[in-house]
Amino acid sequence: MPRDDGIGAAVRRKEDYRFITGQGTYTDDINRPGQVHAWFQRSPHAHAAIESIDTKAALAAPGVVAVFTGQDMTGVGGLPCGWLINSRDGKPMVEPPHMPLATDRVRHVGDQVAIVIAETKEQARDGAEKLAIKYRILPAISDTATALKPGAAQVWEQAPGNLCYDWEIGDKAGTDAAFAKAAHVTKLEIVNNRLIPNAMEPRAAIGDFDRATGEYTLYTTTQNPHVIRLLMGAFVLHIPEHKLRVVAPDVGGGFGSKIFHYAEEAVVTWAAGKVKRPIKWTAERSESFLTDAHGRDHVTTAELALDTAGKFLAMRVATTANMGAYLSTFATSVPTYLYATLLAGEYTTPVIYANVKAAFTNTAPVDAYRGAGRPEATFVVERLVDTAAAEMKIDPAELRRRNFVPADAFPYQTPVALQYDSGNYAATLDDALKAIDYAGFEARREAATKRGRMRGIGLSTYIEACGIAPSAVAGALGARAGLYESAEVRVHPTGSVTMFTGSHSHGQGHETTFAQIVAERLGVPLANVEVVHGDTNRIQFGMGTYGSRSLAVGGSALVKALDKVEAKAKKIAAHMLEASAADIEFKDGKFTVSGTDRSLEFGQVALQAYIPHNFPHADLEPGLNESAFYDPLNFTFPAGCHICEVEIDPETGVTQIVNFAASDDFGNIINPMIVEGQVHGGIGQGVGQALLEGCVYDGEGQLVTGSYMDYCMPRADDLPSFKVSTRSTPCPHNPLGVKGCGEAGAIAAPAAVMNAIMNALAPLGVKRVDMPATPQRVWQAIRAAG
Amino acid sequence: MPTVSLTINGKKVSREVEARTLLVQLLREHLSLTGTHVGCDTSQCGACVVHVNGRSAKSCTMLAVQAEGADVLTIEGLAKGEQLHPMQEAFREHHGLQCGFCTPGMIMSAVDLANRNKEPTERQVREWLEGNLCRCTGYHNIVKAVMAGARAMKG
Ligand code: FES
Ligand code: FES
Repeated sequence: MPRDDGIGAAVRRKEDYRFITGQGTYTDDINRPGQVHAWFQRSPHAHAAIESIDTKAALAAPGVVAVFTGQDMTGVGGLPCGWLINSRDGKPMVEPPHMPLATDRVRHVGDQVAIVIAETKEQARDGAEKLAIKYRILPAISDTATALKPGAAQVWEQAPGNLCYDWEIGDKAGTDAAFAKAAHVTKLEIVNNRLIPNAMEPRAAIGDFDRATGEYTLYTTTQNPHVIRLLMGAFVLHIPEHKLRVVAPDVGGGFGSKIFHYAEEAVVTWAAGKVKRPIKWTAERSESFLTDAHGRDHVTTAELALDTAGKFLAMRVATTANMGAYLSTFATSVPTYLYATLLAGEYTTPVIYANVKAAFTNTAPVDAYRGAGRPEATFVVERLVDTAAAEMKIDPAELRRRNFVPADAFPYQTPVALQYDSGNYAATLDDALKAIDYAGFEARREAATKRGRMRGIGLSTYIEACGIAPSAVAGALGARAGLYESAEVRVHPTGSVTMFTGSHSHGQGHETTFAQIVAERLGVPLANVEVVHGDTNRIQFGMGTYGSRSLAVGGSALVKALDKVEAKAKKIAAHMLEASAADIEFKDGKFTVSGTDRSLEFGQVALQAYIPHNFPHADLEPGLNESAFYDPLNFTFPAGCHICEVEIDPETGVTQIVNFAASDDFGNIINPMIVEGQVHGGIGQGVGQALLEGCVYDGEGQLVTGSYMDYCMPRADDLPSFKVSTRSTPCPHNPLGVKGCGEAGAIAAPAAVMNAIMNALAPLGVKRVDMPATPQRVWQAIRAAG
Repeated sequence: MPTVSLTINGKKVSREVEARTLLVQLLREHLSLTGTHVGCDTSQCGACVVHVNGRSAKSCTMLAVQAEGADVLTIEGLAKGEQLHPMQEAFREHHGLQCGFCTPGMIMSAVDLANRNKEPTERQVREWLEGNLCRCTGYHNIVKAVMAGARAMKG
């Protein structure tokens, strides 16, 4: 009988008890003895020279312990960028320094200029008000579309015209030739709106220095503590790993924004070494808006060439991507290798050419946000496909079917570098069409029309590349890190297990999913498995959680470690049973000499491992503790179909999502309940991007959408319930056959929603509505068309 | 500094606070009741929701001194010893939480709804939760959990 808490079971989460009883431990919940509090003084200007900073009055303010500016942080390095992109002329990208505290210039509103440290947070803030900072205001640029145009204000001297890089991928001549022969060309101007991630827990950091040991500890809201230790230790503060501990306790959501190494982490750690007291900083939400790395922000011209039968012949894309004022940790890879390599989508488009120019602007840095590049690619591809279908009067589902990579064509090499490993795109399309009752749509549209509503339906058949990444491939493409994962399985003498993973859970439920894998594999009760993550002093190493990689990469490392545990345990069992290890079978927690009834329980073997009274020590070590690193063989390719149905009130421009169905292929699934939750959350963010969220800077580089009053987050009454289902074509190259599910919704949903809106407005001849499709924008589009 | 005296999770508490101290600061910083969270600075996210005299309130929007004499219930006081409150159970059963940061506020808010409306519809739940932001769940399972929790509270 299959166990009800193993692989494939919707086990209720082990981590939930502490969260529902208010006993989670987030960074701001931690208080260290003798702790003082930090306030970061930030630039009110988008671009200015710092002429002088007078700290005297601040230092004299009640409770203030210390004040530091960029000038004080001597011998400290800049925050590094982890991915080198070369321009098409072979030149490396422009990589300006990013000092933890600004030294001579500020380059976006919110840029940190000084840290004020005091006994209480209020005193730190009051003290900061006494800082006298003289700025000379300089011209600023915030707009993506004009940042590279002549006459734009210059962000960096070393980046003439604000160009960071000018990169390309694909076959330009072949693409141009295919377009020249095309029967039909669909062309779109697309803005992928800038988003502010808004994990509900604001960023926080506590720096601590132990005088007795010389060890620094940083508690921080990160998705990848080892990466922070490496970046901050090796590049910024020059603290060796063995003297630097980074702890990521409970983290209240990340969505990419907590991958990156942020200045505040380095400053509080460095300053703790100076003042010799722990220093806590917790962002106010307004600081999150100003300084968390933002997402998306592309301006694109995209074209699709088709033959008369609707076969895709070629795709041509030109994108400008906004980098913000500094290059954040993975910023440069997002609009290149995580974006343009996905432009084949689920289709057999034979030639593709993409040119991406990255621009510096006087805005917060832009980096990976849930989906990172893949939502932007999916939006380009799926808007093109639906528009082409409308223009050529082909049913959009049918047009997709004609162009899908067939289920028997894997492995499939795309013209933009990736090799898809598995999939069945028609199957997820069919599932989603059925779930939404596609056949019944026209009747629903008619009924809506009678009620004075414009109803539309939109498809999005997406693909993503997850499980980042084979280190050799990533390295060849400019990554300055390997992208493997590590795991350790420690079997205790009484047979309970502690599992250590370099993946980090900040909502994804690893403490349950990873435990299910261990429990099933070793045949132990789920309650006897503990999953530990988030502390560089407890976990051997880790590259962290992003890009839907935890299970595909971290889970594979776990399987490798479990393989080793099983092999070792078999040797011990063989010794105990006086048999050869090759004859030992292990199943459901029992070691049996094959063909006999001589067997041992897992717990007996575990105990013997630690009581090796008669072990042949030359051949058999005591203990049962194994670790592994896993470097993936390829990316994984989750794919599927999301369909959205909307109704628009033409009088008000209000769009209501009346139906949303998703069918996703994530390969094998460990915990379907958690997977569904991930899809829901992704769709929520995707709908947010399509209908509600948009980061706006004004012409002076001031952030207009700097609070929840101005930045519209999806709320419960903005969203419907979703119909989600899954299908599985197992991933052929990792041991669990898993693909990853964290980003699917955010990748697929925006195109589905916008295609539905365009479909609804098509009878009026509306050609363009940009995201977010706010009532105002939709209303204006209706009026302009009418 | 003024003194504030109130009842928190059934216990009488007295503390000296600055006049500007918020109720959420009293809970988190003075009393180490860190289950109540702070997610914003504009009274919009609901991570800080507690009950004041039986009604849900955003503890970031109240001064501590305004709670003088009040009966305050936080997430830490919701379970009866080892026995979880039905709304807590429902959130676990229906996977109504991911990162858990919004969860205490969501649960406290939901309990107040269920106290007022024994059988809320999906629409009523969604409208009630307008003041509670969650970035993880897309609200789908929160809504399910609240409806189930309300049913369970009815008994
Ligand atoms: S902390 Fe956001 S509403 Fe209170
Ligand atoms: S569970 Fe993460 S914000 Fe709601």
